[in-house]
Amino acid sequence: MRAQGTVFKYGNNVDTDVIIPARYLNTSDPEELAKHCMEDIDEGFQQKVKSGDIIVADKNFGCGSSREHAPIAIKAAGISCVIASSFARIFYRNAINIGLPILECEEAVKSIDAGDEIEVDFKAGTIYNVTKEQSYQAQGFPEFMQKLMAADGLIGYIRGNL
Amino acid sequence: MGMTMTQKILAAHAGLEVVKAGELIQADLDLVLGNDITTPVAVKEFEKIGVKEVFDKKKVAIVPDHFTPNKDIKTAEQCKMIREFAHEKEVENYFEVGEMGIEHGLIPEKGLVVPGDVVIGADSHTCTYGALGAFSTGIGSTDMAAGMATGKCWFKVPSAIKFVLKGKPSKWVSGKDIILHIIGMIGVDGALYKSMEFVGEGVSNLSMDDRFAMANMAIEAGGKNGIFMVDDKTLAYVKEHSSKDYTIYTADEDAEYDNVYEIDLSAVRPTIAFPHLPDNTRTIDEVGDVKIDQVVIGSCTNGRIEDLRVAAEILKDKKVAKGLRVIVFPVTQKVYLQALQEGLIETFIKANVVVSTPTCGPCLGGHMGILAKGERAIATTNRNFVGRMGHPESEVYLASPAVAAASALTGKISNPEDIA
Ligand code: SF4
Repeated sequence: MRAQGTVFKYGNNVDTDVIIPARYLNTSDPEELAKHCMEDIDEGFQQKVKSGDIIVADKNFGCGSSREHAPIAIKAAGISCVIASSFARIFYRNAINIGLPILECEEAVKSIDAGDEIEVDFKAGTIYNVTKEQSYQAQGFPEFMQKLMAADGLIGYIRGNL
Repeated sequence: MGMTMTQKILAAHAGLEVVKAGELIQADLDLVLGNDITTPVAVKEFEKIGVKEVFDKKKVAIVPDHFTPNKDIKTAEQCKMIREFAHEKEVENYFEVGEMGIEHGLIPEKGLVVPGDVVIGADSHTCTYGALGAFSTGIGSTDMAAGMATGKCWFKVPSAIKFVLKGKPSKWVSGKDIILHIIGMIGVDGALYKSMEFVGEGVSNLSMDDRFAMANMAIEAGGKNGIFMVDDKTLAYVKEHSSKDYTIYTADEDAEYDNVYEIDLSAVRPTIAFPHLPDNTRTIDEVGDVKIDQVVIGSCTNGRIEDLRVAAEILKDKKVAKGLRVIVFPVTQKVYLQALQEGLIETFIKANVVVSTPTCGPCLGGHMGILAKGERAIATTNRNFVGRMGHPESEVYLASPAVAAASALTGKISNPEDIA
């Protein structure tokens, strides 16, 4: 599993209220949610984002509400991977459960700038910065989570184990 | 090596003698909860799993509270879908508008959680029930679907931070001030992936409503759960509300903690979180001149009877400042009725306060009190993120019911000690 794309960079504590504001939670349609993804923190996100692009953020990404609409909106917007120094725990669970790849890597977050071109190899946990010609090593996933990812999320995993 | 309170509860529910921080386990669930935002997504996922029934009709709770009474056609349709699901699966704990309340007020009140339980809820403030000595944590819709289907959930066993509470808070200081003080101290990711365990002789000086408000905001420090030691007050609450069997867990003497903090409750001042993060706190002595447009008293943090009593005590026979909008929203119908019987609602209305039906409404910028561009609110809710209560350029200040009510009289953030 690999991803390649251009980086959108954010700071600490990006909360689920700015990822997808509550005023749009009267629907659970991924395409509808994607239209408003990141709108309160980065107004032009929707116009700029291309399929495969990557979000890089600092600490505690996805803090706040448990709304799964947040990773759903990010995934439906075309984002292929989120890299952060750390994730809020409910967001972390939700991302894995719905099959949105995420990686924790402080070193990468420090070095990567907005607009850099990045390649990610999920299995190896390696991140290569094409623009800066640097590579970084993220923490690998525990075996159980690798199984979840391989089953495209929790539902696939449970179906396979029923 | 010994286990923390949380680790013991998780071990017992995973059928294990011992668990260690960092270990991945599968635990049996005593309750699976969802609301009108998260359940529709969970229902779709539940259907993909392909099981016909929920694992236990008594152990699933669905509470439409966020956009209810429905604010528009789309939310009415979301609620219709979960109502039909609850009906079809014979979910026993589905609460319609007239018998409802904000989930985290309602679930303990209905006796659905007791000490020693493991509870997951597709709402981040599910951590509230830690006040009862249960392990209770927020998860997402897919976890809710899996929980409803299998009665199990995977967890990474958390390490813990211990808060040893000492002394007694002063008259106008409540659980809300204490938890804001703690979040200000450790930061919004200070307890990331961890349990926050509250113990010490000071716990006995906190009412159950104080404890609910504190456990409620564990998530605002990034915590996986907040949990209080069980004492006589807990057991009195359980006896009054529930007939379920309970188990009291205490941490082992040699349990390991990442940090231990001693908190002298008598030294905690009324505390306010400034925009736009709950850890951006200042004491009432440091706030300066902050004019406000709206006051919101209620929510799953501070909409309980004691919260309304404190607010009414300050507002009694007075009027709110001219031009200010003040909204009170009790956490459940039961609290609403009690407030009515105690004359609190009359006090509010005479003071020119509007009283709303129980709903999440204004807390998440849903309906019933949205802020316009540039407006400022002081609220007894739990989050002050950008755009939380309305326009992305509006501001929310988090405070206790006493500070909110004092501010309602002056139109700026005020100290209840100066007013009452
Ligand atoms: S009152 Fe606010 S914080 Fe509590 S459940 Fe409702 S929206 Fe969430």
